[in-house]
Amino acid sequence: MTKKQIFITSAFTENSVWKQILGICSALAVTNIMMNSLVMGLGVIFTLALSSLSISLIRNYIPRRVRMMVQTLIIASYVIIVDIFLKAYFPEISKSLGPYVGLIITNCIIMGRMEAFAAKNRPVEAMIDGIGAGVGYTLVLLIISFVRELFGFGSLFGLQILGGWWTNWSIMVMAPSAFFMLAILIWIIEGPLAARRSARKV
Amino acid sequence: MEISPFIIFLAAIFTSNIVLTNFLGMCSFLSVSREIESSLGLGLAVFFVLTFTTAINFVVYHYLLIPLNLIYLQYIIFIIIIAAFVQLTELVIERFSPVLYYSLGIFLPLITVNCAILGVSLFMIIRNYSFIQSVLYGAGSGLGWLLAILALAGIRSRVKYKYVPAGLQGAGLSLIITGIMALAFIGFSGIVVIQ
Repeated sequence: MTKKQIFITSAFTENSVWKQILGICSALAVTNIMMNSLVMGLGVIFTLALSSLSISLIRNYIPRRVRMMVQTLIIASYVIIVDIFLKAYFPEISKSLGPYVGLIITNCIIMGRMEAFAAKNRPVEAMIDGIGAGVGYTLVLLIISFVRELFGFGSLFGLQILGGWWTNWSIMVMAPSAFFMLAILIWIIEGPLAARRSARKV
Repeated sequence: MEISPFIIFLAAIFTSNIVLTNFLGMCSFLSVSREIESSLGLGLAVFFVLTFTTAINFVVYHYLLIPLNLIYLQYIIFIIIIAAFVQLTELVIERFSPVLYYSLGIFLPLITVNCAILGVSLFMIIRNYSFIQSVLYGAGSGLGWLLAILALAGIRSRVKYKYVPAGLQGAGLSLIITGIMALAFIGFSGIVVIQ
């Protein structure tokens, strides 16, 4: 596979969120405001890219039995960097993201990419794969938060878009809509694929 | 923070359920909820681990990390404690109760990466709970998680025999069911309030 193919595969065709249903805790939790989603997405891209690179660099030296522990510790170190950076430069956003920055550690996308790709491939490819998976994740977050913020607050990135005539749908800000939005997104993307698959079988 | 620990316990189960309002522990919530039996096993394991790791993390955070001024290491320390506790529990159960090990043991490794466990510890720090409050918050969250996964497994075992549009099968449908459950749980929100 060329580098471009690796990127496209991990970002779109094998997208972690809608294809493998990984890492959806944070995908649901931070998507009521677009700004939060963007920051969260960038944090995940940073963590994924650098931990893929590090794991791939030392992949031949990690004993098999403790590799999960080593991976978790490496991921946790990068998440700490993201957390301290946000606290120092964007204290407001850091506060509204709350514990979800720390929860990037247990985001299954990262663990999944480490196991499935970084532990077996060369550093440059691993890093591209990590960035790809992160971009795919950020894309999903932005799509969901676009709808939720637009209908829930009438704004995008905090800028008021819809005028005074708009009545905010408070359900869009609350938890249930996050579940519905993600389900609808999966339906829109998977529906045509599933239909094509069953058509081929007949 | 002067909320009665008992109220925190109730709130953690119903009004701020860890899955339905905080979206924690979704991965295993969706993938294990196919059968009621395995959901019960995983739910009990989460309840057990959550209660004890919250207590341990509280002690470590307040009596080790704060005096030593190492708060920025909290993520690493918490995740190590959780992993170690899970491993230890696995060993103890395997040694003393093989029966329990076979029904519960297979779920234990899954728990280290369950974000509900780490999430509850982080919420406890952010909300500044006391020791008793933290332990009851951990136990309540565990029970809430157990309740939610049992409900989802029950519904899914019925839905299995119904027609579902192709693109929604599996995860999509589970998400919609969870959404409806979350809507229903909003009905509890008048009872008790935390935060």
